[in-house]
Amino acid sequence: MKNKGISNRREFLKNGSLTALSLAIGMDIVFAKNLPNHLLPIILETDKAFNLPDKHPEMTVLNDRPINAEAPAHLLNEAITSGDRFFVRNNGIPPEKSSIDPNTWTITIEGESAVNSKTYTLNELKGKFKNYTYQLTLECGGNGRKEFNPPAKGNQWSIGAVGCAAWTGVRLKDVLADVGVKSNAVYIGYYGKDTHLSGDPKKNPISRGVPINKAMEDESLIAWSMNGEPLPYLNGYPLRLVFGGYPASCSGKWLHKIVIRNKIHDGAKMAAPSYRVPCKPVPPGTKVPNEEMCIIESMPVKSLITSPKTGATIQVGQTLPVSGHAWAGDLAVKAMHYSIDFGATWQTCELTAPANRLAWQQFSSNIKFPKKGYYEIWAKATDSEGKAQPMVLPGWNPKGYLNNACHRIAVKIV
Amino acid sequence: MSNNLPGKRNPLQTKLWLSNFGLLMTVLKTFVFGIFLVLLYALFGDSFDFQKTPIQSGNRVSNSVAMDDDWDKVENGIHLQTGLIYDANFDIVRAHCTACHSGKLVAQNRATREGWLQMIRWMQETQGLWDLGVNEPKILDYLAKNYAPEEVGRRTNIDVAAVEWYILELENK
Repeated sequence: MKNKGISNRREFLKNGSLTALSLAIGMDIVFAKNLPNHLLPIILETDKAFNLPDKHPEMTVLNDRPINAEAPAHLLNEAITSGDRFFVRNNGIPPEKSSIDPNTWTITIEGESAVNSKTYTLNELKGKFKNYTYQLTLECGGNGRKEFNPPAKGNQWSIGAVGCAAWTGVRLKDVLADVGVKSNAVYIGYYGKDTHLSGDPKKNPISRGVPINKAMEDESLIAWSMNGEPLPYLNGYPLRLVFGGYPASCSGKWLHKIVIRNKIHDGAKMAAPSYRVPCKPVPPGTKVPNEEMCIIESMPVKSLITSPKTGATIQVGQTLPVSGHAWAGDLAVKAMHYSIDFGATWQTCELTAPANRLAWQQFSSNIKFPKKGYYEIWAKATDSEGKAQPMVLPGWNPKGYLNNACHRIAVKIV
Repeated sequence: MSNNLPGKRNPLQTKLWLSNFGLLMTVLKTFVFGIFLVLLYALFGDSFDFQKTPIQSGNRVSNSVAMDDDWDKVENGIHLQTGLIYDANFDIVRAHCTACHSGKLVAQNRATREGWLQMIRWMQETQGLWDLGVNEPKILDYLAKNYAPEEVGRRTNIDVAAVEWYILELENK
């Protein structure tokens, strides 16, 4: 029914004007046989702002087909992000929830650089390999895209396409070792059960991956659990990859196959311009040829003020506690600063050590304001290699990735 | 002379005329409604089976802007169901662009005509978008006019008008 609808719709659209299209379809057939009784009510449902399953009502929905939703900063105040506040970046249509049975779900490992091809049920995976739990930060490569100028195409993420959850699963490297990895392996790629928006069953909505070195890290997981619960449906239930610190698009959802490749994986959205930035910096607005676009690996250093919510109004003389998180791709954050004078002076924040490698870190400080008025609090993290967040937009790139400009909130002292 | 006034007929003629006209209108209305239904089916056929719709439970999102009954209408220049600006060529844009993805994806983007054309070419090369034919320039007219880039510099001000100010109660004085 679903594919048939799309196929009809496509024929319909190819034929030109709406009137001609409607006449081109066998009205009697469609009308008499296929029109369900509940036609009109469902039509009215079609593009309505809808309920996101298992997500917080304050999530900002950027797009409902495919589903893309982010959290406003204050929702991300927890050190470990709850499942209902974890952003959703879907490239395709998730498999129907009713079709997912964790007891029969399998994952297959194969590819040119796999010694064997093996298939495990989810239960075999849990029982055969040692289980690990890590707090890992996932951030969409396009988080912050909204601010780029000239504008970059795609979902216009502001700041909330990031989260750090406690993921439980098995180490990808343990599973790869069980299958056997040839010495010529350079990349792994994934395949999920989500389907392409066009309805074309031959197209994958997304099939990305990571270099073999990243795949072999201790914290690279095949995970079935977030924060002690099964994965949220929109975040890949029942099985996904988690590569902390890399663009979240590397961490395939509804995972059912991993390929060990002897070359850079060539699945959907691996090719330029997707998830790539100019190999060399370019002036804003430049047309960059595909061959001069390089794959994003580690995400840059970044931070988020999650308390107070922007718009806080306090009395003069009061001290304002501020707190939030900082992360640095596959590095750690070594220092955290804030400014209340538009970057003229910076004060040091308290900063916790990460729970484990690739987990975001918590910062806090107590701010005194000299007099009544409007202030902006700017937050700036510095990574373990000394790179800090810029205050203006970083290098422009055609697809609007990697905006790590410092987060700002507005406060008033009255 | 009075017989030549437009619409002036003798009672019998008027009765016959009304009878024929009424029948004609009924047929026409049925036909138009039929076309309307077919059109809706062709556009949204895959959403009929709501058992298959992945989205059916949970909390209503807070930015819901309309209720069930009046969703397919234009308010403040925005077509509510798609979130798109209601302007010339809207129907063509709706038909071609929201067949695969939400109108919200269009509405949140900004580009020049050339930029929109590049997006269309990218969708055609990688995402299975069809040849837009004679509708391509119309779609570009609509997009370039209604979703053009604004000059915002290297970084915009915090949108102070959009900030929801609130009193934060603190322990300390």
